[in-house]
Amino acid sequence: MRTLEQTTQEVLDLAASHFQLPAGALAPGDDFFKKLGIDSLQTLEMLSRLENHFGIELPDYEVQGVSDFKTLAERIQSRL
Amino acid sequence: MLDLSKYQSIGEALKDALDRFSNEVCLIEADREREKERLIYRGFKDRAHPLAKALQDGGFSAGARASIIMTNQSKWLISAYSIFFVGGVLVPLDYKLTPEEQWQLLKHSNAAVLITEFPIWRQLSTSAGRAAATSVRTVLLSEAPADVDLAGAQRWENFRGPGEPVFIARKRQDTACIVYSSGTGGTPKGCMMTHENYLEQCVALTSIYPFWPGVRYLSILPTNHAIDFMVGFFGPFTCGATVVHLRTLRPEYVREAFPKYKITYVSLVPLVLKNLQKGLQARFDALPPGKRKVFNALVRINKALTRSRPRLGISRRLLKQVHEAFGGELRAIIVGGAFTEPQTLQFFYDLGIPVANGYGLTEAGTAITVNDLRPFRADTVGKPLPGMEVRIVNPASDGVGEVSVRSKTVMAGYLNEPELTAETIVNGWLLTGDLGRFDGAGHLQLTGRKRNMIVTEEGKNIYPEDIETVFESLAVKEFCVFAANYVWPKRSMTGEKLVLALHLEPGQKYSEELRQEINARNNRLLNYKRIHGVVLLDEDFPRTASLKIKRNVLAERIAKLDSAAAILPL
Repeated sequence: MRTLEQTTQEVLDLAASHFQLPAGALAPGDDFFKKLGIDSLQTLEMLSRLENHFGIELPDYEVQGVSDFKTLAERIQSRL
Repeated sequence: MLDLSKYQSIGEALKDALDRFSNEVCLIEADREREKERLIYRGFKDRAHPLAKALQDGGFSAGARASIIMTNQSKWLISAYSIFFVGGVLVPLDYKLTPEEQWQLLKHSNAAVLITEFPIWRQLSTSAGRAAATSVRTVLLSEAPADVDLAGAQRWENFRGPGEPVFIARKRQDTACIVYSSGTGGTPKGCMMTHENYLEQCVALTSIYPFWPGVRYLSILPTNHAIDFMVGFFGPFTCGATVVHLRTLRPEYVREAFPKYKITYVSLVPLVLKNLQKGLQARFDALPPGKRKVFNALVRINKALTRSRPRLGISRRLLKQVHEAFGGELRAIIVGGAFTEPQTLQFFYDLGIPVANGYGLTEAGTAITVNDLRPFRADTVGKPLPGMEVRIVNPASDGVGEVSVRSKTVMAGYLNEPELTAETIVNGWLLTGDLGRFDGAGHLQLTGRKRNMIVTEEGKNIYPEDIETVFESLAVKEFCVFAANYVWPKRSMTGEKLVLALHLEPGQKYSEELRQEINARNNRLLNYKRIHGVVLLDEDFPRTASLKIKRNVLAERIAKLDSAAAILPL
């Protein structure tokens, strides 16, 4: 079982690779809309990749209003 | 043609439809590949009446306001119908706003009831804004897990009253909904939409894009949006059609929904339509050269055969694979919320998929003009809908002026804003703030904006005043945010940008430190709200007696500068 810290790190690594940023470019508290400058469609793509990586389902409504990696990781962690 | 003349209210028209189409399917709700719910009209009524009764038993009476903040799902529509049934006023709010913004609008609308989803409430209930919205006495939550603290709310699923609710009649001129078109940061603009507004708009729209039992509308645009409320709820329901909700809007599941549910209509914002175009184009480009040649020839034949009007049967046979990917029964994609580039519209029409391009605004009751496709025109936003009087105010020599509208669909006014209402509706004519002209065929062409605002491709209205708070106490003498197109009008409705006008302190330089500070603050804004450049001015901003900036006078001053040289990139 992953710890929340591990999950958070995996979320950050995966988001960085998805948006072609250097490893370590993202921090848990970053707002991904603002930091990555992405639109809602790109966010959905990122969520699909995270689901595949963690092997979970993350309903859209469950992550509604979530904009930082830390909270996103918490939502993922609760479903692992 | 749909006749709603005998009805006085949305609730009355829906109540009648639920009985008339009792055995037709009204709602399908799917989550990924799973179908979660399929309701017939009778079943919808059975779900709504206990909620209506519980509202009534709780003292919710005629004219009381109830807000819905939900993603698109069956409970949205069931709740809305229940509110109308008991004579309430619906306040549909955008679930994508921040909790603070949502509380601000709940307070402004004086909503007594809030109906929302647990994940949204989790953020709302802990927001500092909650303390100010004292009018909200009842909060109903859907999808709350067992054994969680509801933070003062009740479960939607358990909120049921015994027996039958009493239907409360409303008059056509009564307010049906308060719809916020914008203004969460500055002045909230709550459009008071009457029952008549919706009844008349429904008749006008369905005269061109009709619904009937068996039609399936895929509801993707948020239902709080005027377009989806009309074509994803009121329109299809009054005609016995089916609304399909997807709880997951990932592109792969949206794609699957078209063939699975044999979708007839869908509404999209330009951003999504363009993405769809990109995806299709990539697939066409990947075809082997031989197949590509055949495909291009078929597109050319389709173009020739649909020049004067759409011929869905022919297009579906000619370009079978494309149409099958959309389910084979798609009649039109409705696009709205922002301006769509003609090239995108043409792309779909050439494939035999008509895009119902139009023009409207919440204040006018959704759509003002719409393309009737006879013939298809990608370069205009169509002709006025039946019942709409549209005229161009003070046209210049080329016919361009402000578009104004008079019709029974125009809102009653802005909530608590009589002055703003009086500026916007003059002698019964709604001044849209958009610039355009009519061509010889009676089609409206939009050319720009008179208002200081931008609309993004996602259909979001951004008013510069609303984002100025992020630059408050910036170390300069004064500042003001403008839409570049407003200051330097250009004949375009796309690629609109915001600029920050700065007046520095005497002797102050536009330093690297200041630029970085502006950048840092700008990055606090969502990407679509960010400014794209700075304009430096060396004189005091014109102000009113109450020291408010005279934006129009300042804009005229800035307009004298050469935009290419004046805008310093960040």
